[in-house]
Amino acid sequence: MSVADYVSLSGVTRRWDGRGGVEDVSLRVPAGTFTSILGPSGCGKSTLLRLISGLERPQAGTVRIAGRDVTHEPASARGLAMVFQSYALFPHLSVRENILFGLRVRRSAAAEREARYAEAVAMLGLEGLGGRRPAALSGGQRQRVALARAVVSGHRLCLMDEPLSNLDAKLRQSVRRDIRALQRRLGLTVIYVTHDQTEAMSLSDQVVLMRAGRVEQAGSPVALYERPATAFAAEFVGDPPMAMIDGAALGEPGVTVGVRPEHLAAAPAGAGDLAGRIVGVEYLGSRTLLAIGHPAARGLVVSLPGRVAHAPGETLGLVAPPEHRLRFDARSGRALGGAGPDGGGRTGPGSAPDLARRPGPSP
Amino acid sequence: MSDPAEMMRRRRAVHGWLLLSPALILLATFAFAPSAMTVWTSLFSRGTRRRPSEFVGLETYQRLFDDPAFWTVAWNNLLYAAVTIPVSMALALTMALWANARMPARGFLRTAYFTPTMLPMIAAANLWLFFYTPGFGVLDQLVTGLGFASVNWLGQPETALWAICAVTIWKEAGFFMIFYLAALQTIPPDLEEAASIEGASRLAYTRRVVLPLLAPTTLFIAVNATINSVKLIDHLFILTKGGPSDASKLMLYYIWENAFAFFDAPAAAAATVLVLAALGGLAAFQFRVADRRIHY
Ligand SMILES: Nc1ncnc2c1ncn2[C@@H]1O[C@H](COP(=O)(O)OP(=O)(O)OP(=O)(O)O)[C@@H](O)[C@H]1O
Ligand SMILES: [Mg+2]
Repeated sequence: MSVADYVSLSGVTRRWDGRGGVEDVSLRVPAGTFTSILGPSGCGKSTLLRLISGLERPQAGTVRIAGRDVTHEPASARGLAMVFQSYALFPHLSVRENILFGLRVRRSAAAEREARYAEAVAMLGLEGLGGRRPAALSGGQRQRVALARAVVSGHRLCLMDEPLSNLDAKLRQSVRRDIRALQRRLGLTVIYVTHDQTEAMSLSDQVVLMRAGRVEQAGSPVALYERPATAFAAEFVGDPPMAMIDGAALGEPGVTVGVRPEHLAAAPAGAGDLAGRIVGVEYLGSRTLLAIGHPAARGLVVSLPGRVAHAPGETLGLVAPPEHRLRFDARSGRALGGAGPDGGGRTGPGSAPDLARRPGPSP
Repeated sequence: MSDPAEMMRRRRAVHGWLLLSPALILLATFAFAPSAMTVWTSLFSRGTRRRPSEFVGLETYQRLFDDPAFWTVAWNNLLYAAVTIPVSMALALTMALWANARMPARGFLRTAYFTPTMLPMIAAANLWLFFYTPGFGVLDQLVTGLGFASVNWLGQPETALWAICAVTIWKEAGFFMIFYLAALQTIPPDLEEAASIEGASRLAYTRRVVLPLLAPTTLFIAVNATINSVKLIDHLFILTKGGPSDASKLMLYYIWENAFAFFDAPAAAAATVLVLAALGGLAAFQFRVADRRIHY
């Protein structure tokens, strides 16, 4: 383990009666970075976060924070802050008392408390709300109070469990930027759980993609997007998701070929590598998405700029440029060498080399 | 009158009264009317065959205040309330916190605590009679076994009231615990998790989060306990009958005696009015204090 890793997990397992939870997870989070834990519902993201926080104890493996083995230490001794999905604000305390709760129970000096409070309130735009109870706040304000409580603690590590899931889309975007700015400004190490891949991609230095309790792939957003280790990762990351085409249809039997929508090009019917019928047209203003039905492909979407004249029912030819094809083993779903512009690189900087080894069945 | 808004308002008022009326009628028949009749009765003299009852104003109250037994009983009841209310509430809270903790045999523990509540008071009193009886009672055997002199807990003025208090506490704590337990279950578990992340010990969490959140329940229980400290006298009939020499007599028992043993209805009515007034005042005070200090 390098000194720069603020949090590191090795071989951590926590399951319930052999089901659910997380299994054999190893993870490294460098100090001062933003790491997202991404995955579908029920894949063990919250469990992983709770294992790091100490709210849950592992059955196997070790958890290290700031170079210290904290596997058997309670949450209160781990020196970290956490923002809960439900915010977990104390309903009987004012905003001010909520934010200062930790400093009070840890009996820090009044002067320091005041200074930190003023700083956090200014940072999160909570001026004038100090006397209110959480029930008298909007969702976004509550969210910011929860953030302020984490900031005021002064801990270097902050865990967040889907903190934005209760906010509307617009607010979510702005708070998302606030969180990122805050993390940079304070040099915090943040581990952020989300099931929203856009959120993970836009915020993170490192994305840890999980699936069924295991780490599917860990790496930078770029690595995940451009060099997915498995077909699952390829399909989970990106919006709209990568199209998966049975290799036989493209003259490459035995593999599944993945192509990102932006790399698929339309061609006149009859020309191109594939021909399919348009089953849906989605006009998004700056671009139009055409959903194509083809018996050997899944999630075929072509993204065309501006407005287009195509209508559902038409037949369209598709070009899948060979240099943009990612190839996955048709059985195991693992990426095959030679895929993508940079070759079959699997993991990004700051991630353990063995993180992406899990073979998954082809979806 | 032809104003449609006015019509609407009147119709809604009628609706409101209609909706209120069942509760109002029941309350009026079974609570307000008897109370009013009690006040009325207390203002008349006791009717005998020779001297029919007549209006005497507050004379009956004066008679009560002149009766030393009334003051003994009032003082007894005050002591009884001052001991049973806080002790049973504290016990209930402790047991609830304990029974709510994650631990094995939790279900068993809850049932065990709750059992005294399900027992009728008379049965409970009989049970405790067996504890208290000098000579072969469990308590006495314990005391003499340890080499102390035998104590007649119910038979001597110094201990009788306390023995009665013990039964009440034993009976009520389990009942109040159920309310506390229910309230504890409504506290989201992530509050405890958040508190522990913030570095709070279990004690700090209990003091700063759990107790304030239980405050509405505490108020509810306090009001109930206060009422019970006047109401709950069944065990007196079995254990002491208010004796020896009124040492364990409580107000309601005194009222019952006046009404049905001495057939002095005005005295009973006057004492009842005083109890009602005291209880009403106390409840109002409790809710007033609570309104200012409790977060719902
Ligand atoms: N206390 C528990 N007892 C039993 N099973 C549990 C417990 N906690 C989690 N699990 C199981 O472990 C799995 C992972 O749960 P977890 O809460 O970590 O999922 P998640 O990735 O956070 O999902 P979501 O995005 O829906 O929050 C689920 O199948 C869940 O049923
Ligand atoms: Mg979760």
